[in-house]
Amino acid sequence: MARSEGPPPRVDFGYATRTVRTRSFSARIPLRSLTITVLLFALAAGVAVGALGIGDYPLTVPEVGAALTGGGEAFHRTIVVAWRLPVAVAVVVFGALLGVGGAIFQSLTRNPLGSPDVIGFDAGSYTAVVLTLLVVGSGGYWSIASASLLGGLTTAFAVYLLAYRRGVQGFRLIVVGIGVSAMLGSVNAFLITRADIDDAMTVGFWGAGSVTRVTWDGMTPALVIAALVALAATALAPSLRRLELGDDAAVTQGARPGPARLGLLVTGVATTALVTAAAGPIGFVALVAPQLARRLTRTPGVGLLSAAAMGAALLAGAHLLSLVLSQVYRPVPVGLVTVCLGGLYLIRLLVREARR
Amino acid sequence: MTRVPPEAAGTAGAGRASPAPGPSSRPEPPPRGGRHRALGRTVGVLLLLVALPSAGTASLAWGTNPLTLDQVWWGLWRRDGAEADLIVWTLRVPRTVVGVLVGAAFGMAGALIQALTRNPLADPGILGVNAGAGFAVTLGVGLLGLTGMGGYVWCAFAGAAVATVLVYLIGSAGRGPARPVTLVLAGVALGAVLTGFSTFLTLIDEHTFRSVRTWGLGSIARVSLDDTLAVLPFLATGMLLALLLSRPLNSLALGDDLASSLGVRVVRTRVLGIVAVTLLAGGATALTGGLAFVGLMVPHVVRWFVGPDQRWIIACSAPAAAVLVLAADVLGRLVARPSEVEVGIVTAVVGAPVLIALVRARRASGL
Repeated sequence: MARSEGPPPRVDFGYATRTVRTRSFSARIPLRSLTITVLLFALAAGVAVGALGIGDYPLTVPEVGAALTGGGEAFHRTIVVAWRLPVAVAVVVFGALLGVGGAIFQSLTRNPLGSPDVIGFDAGSYTAVVLTLLVVGSGGYWSIASASLLGGLTTAFAVYLLAYRRGVQGFRLIVVGIGVSAMLGSVNAFLITRADIDDAMTVGFWGAGSVTRVTWDGMTPALVIAALVALAATALAPSLRRLELGDDAAVTQGARPGPARLGLLVTGVATTALVTAAAGPIGFVALVAPQLARRLTRTPGVGLLSAAAMGAALLAGAHLLSLVLSQVYRPVPVGLVTVCLGGLYLIRLLVREARR
Repeated sequence: MTRVPPEAAGTAGAGRASPAPGPSSRPEPPPRGGRHRALGRTVGVLLLLVALPSAGTASLAWGTNPLTLDQVWWGLWRRDGAEADLIVWTLRVPRTVVGVLVGAAFGMAGALIQALTRNPLADPGILGVNAGAGFAVTLGVGLLGLTGMGGYVWCAFAGAAVATVLVYLIGSAGRGPARPVTLVLAGVALGAVLTGFSTFLTLIDEHTFRSVRTWGLGSIARVSLDDTLAVLPFLATGMLLALLLSRPLNSLALGDDLASSLGVRVVRTRVLGIVAVTLLAGGATALTGGLAFVGLMVPHVVRWFVGPDQRWIIACSAPAAAVLVLAADVLGRLVARPSEVEVGIVTAVVGAPVLIALVRARRASGL
């Protein structure tokens, strides 16, 4: 809709926007995406804080509030701040990371199924971590995190190379990824059965994706790396959107496809590797979050920020569910909750794709 | 996209094979003639005749405690309670018999499911059929407290049947035949969900964890002969059904319309095919917990030798898969001595590259 007078003609982008303009800065802010992102982050934080009271030693909401603000009994403060708060932070941060990783890969492969958990990158990270734990026997945070990153990157490059044949096709990439992750999965199973039964139960529980063991000792370096990953993702986000247009169009827009794709690949693998190092492979959040966020924000492509918010909300919700389950029944790792719910979503997605 | 258009896949292999009459003008029976094809079949059968006894002998002789052929021979015939006799009869004979049976079942199930779905990437493991059987067995152990093969088998059948039908429904939700990749993804998704639920059940209950932990890996070492006998009738029925179905499946490769115009009852063939897959994959999974990729690899290799005729493919897949399983089992015993690697892990490590090679290939070998 162009107005009759006034130099800037108004363009209908298909969604409500607000333009912010100063002398040296100008940005168009999509209102709906922004609102939904903020709401989702608030929801994630709310759920995570709400889950602080649930556990073997239940606390009421006022007790949690008092402990968080530095009041209340010393024991309550220990429980809430030292034991449960790192888990709550982990749930939100890891969920957001998974969402970002999923959005990056779904955008790179231009396929809603091309998320790192389907293509088997977290299986690679997990194999490297299990090898480090059981064979090398070193359990420090840095060795595990670097093993996880290395394993994830190796798997990513292997999958890309194997799927490469005059370009990487979405579906070929996915089937190659399925093959690689099936292979790694059986290697993992083998390693686990060779361990002591105690180790095996631990690694098995952790291997299903569990955040309950997260402590501040492990969270602090994870948060630092997460901040770096977030910075890298922010810097690369414009290139990602240009790459969605296809390489030729991206070049005309000023992107350099080769380096940009490499950077995005490393950043995307880093997100899952970080989560896998701290909590084990948490499946299907990366797959589901960008797509749900896209539906909610009604944007044509996946957005990094909204995917992050949706990932955080999803993982926080799954965490709450697993906590409630562990109170009324038995402890259930959060990764199982996400796999079961996310897998059902994947099936629905496939049916929809097939119908089209 | 690497998918093979079904019609092209149906006739691609035949076109290459027969020199004389146009393959499309003679849909059924597929070309018998051609020295090339006859030679391939002869070589294939001869290879199987050599390979199966060799693999069986290797499976009897090699392991943590290697025996010479002499010892195996005397152990087999002179049951005097000596060490070799004990090893052969209590350890190696059962696992060899189980390996042959289970391999044959998975191989035939794979050939059958590839023909039914006209999908070169189909395999009972990839399509989630084994996961369905495994989930149902875990459910039975966890909730109903089942023990022993008699209970496992029925659970496995129910799970395998439901999973087969579900995957087929999901994959064919759209118009027209299910696309290979959609079917594979549907199977993987279903498998992930079912395995997730199984893991959930095993983690919440230590008893279930203990009984299912080693079973789920795909080992043929811990299966007793009694259990095998309990499952044998079902496997035999499945194999018989598969062989009977191989003729109509040849016509089905041309597409449903053409097949029904040739007098094939399409729906009945499909239903019976699913029953056969259920019996074979469900029964074999109940025994071993599922061996990945056996059903994927074997029919493709067999097709190199015998061509696109389903009767040959299905019949030869059984002994060929038995050879593969025995070889994988022996390999698993040798690489990790004095311990051993479960056969399911070996087949997964060997089979995944095959899947990758298939999806890389421009045109998978014709169905």
